[in-house]
Amino acid sequence: MAEKWKITLRVHRQKENQEPHFDDFQMEVNPDEYVLDAVERAWAFHDRSLCFRHACHHSTCGACGMRVNGVEKLTCITLIRDVTHNGATLKVEPLRNFPVVSDLAVDMGPLYRKMERVNGRAVSPVTEAEIENPPSKWVPEDSEYLRLSDCIECGLCISACPIMATTPEYLGPAPLAAAQDQGLRRKPELLSIVDCEDGVWRCHSAFECTAVCPSFVDPARRIMNLRTQVVDMRLRKLFGKA
Amino acid sequence: MEQTRNQPSAGKFWSWFFPVGRQVGGWAFALNRLTALGLTLYLFIHLTALGLLAKGPDGYDNFLALTENPVIKLGEWAVVAAVFLHGFNGIRILLTSFGVGVTRQRQLFYGFMVVAVLVILIFTLRMYRVY
Repeated sequence: MAEKWKITLRVHRQKENQEPHFDDFQMEVNPDEYVLDAVERAWAFHDRSLCFRHACHHSTCGACGMRVNGVEKLTCITLIRDVTHNGATLKVEPLRNFPVVSDLAVDMGPLYRKMERVNGRAVSPVTEAEIENPPSKWVPEDSEYLRLSDCIECGLCISACPIMATTPEYLGPAPLAAAQDQGLRRKPELLSIVDCEDGVWRCHSAFECTAVCPSFVDPARRIMNLRTQVVDMRLRKLFGKA
Repeated sequence: MEQTRNQPSAGKFWSWFFPVGRQVGGWAFALNRLTALGLTLYLFIHLTALGLLAKGPDGYDNFLALTENPVIKLGEWAVVAAVFLHGFNGIRILLTSFGVGVTRQRQLFYGFMVVAVLVILIFTLRMYRVY
């Protein structure tokens, strides 16, 4: 017999030209279900006008990013047991720093446009990928194999970044990580995009992006690495070695 | 449009200091901003005080007499505490910015804050003895 909890799902509601507010939905859940299951239950059995984004339900599409009790989570892989307890309230809100389209759904356009600016790759040759324990020597055929990018463009890092909250022009963690993934030596045209006021130097090391990333992209480490790449490229240009 | 409420804007700087939902790196960031703002405010007060010298010794001496006030003494202590907290936190940022200890930034923060608190305690004891 599955364990049952009674929880109050407190959901952010905001339709066009309405003041934002919260609606409470009482429900019985299995604590080993995911937060997205609870949101779907609210939609299915309580209010069909509830709007939220979801697709794959296994952390591949990045659509269901929300704030759960104030922290950015991919709700399809966040166990209810891990974020609340029996008889308590579970609060879900839309991601920060994106325009709210309706209720929990936000417009991800600003992130996608920035990813396009840096030509963020969905796949890359396996020989260029940062992977644990790579073979000591790649054979030529290996370069034909492609590897999916770790970043699922869920926007959690953009929502968690405190600098992003005040600087809409800032490229942000995911696009900077995408630039680092390509490498400035291989893509020197990215240098002017990342080495500017709203590029790699705008990060103020809060490391919130890495803390919330559900896909182990580790954007903060990549941003720091990109800084060393920028310095390396600038020095090379200075000494005519670029 | 209400939808603009959730978008980034310079007016949201207060969110830097809101600790709920933040993690160690976020608290370190907030501490750095807070101490930086405090030290900037102190710099203005300091320069204004030095500007009193232009009005002659009396004006400056009258201002210095204010520093005997216990509240001002507490403020002086806060300035020194902010210097050490900001400085040691800054060393952590400098190191991680160039790839040193990036994956250990939490431990770096805790370590530097322990050092900062120890130095502040030593300063506090010396200040207490002098005054």
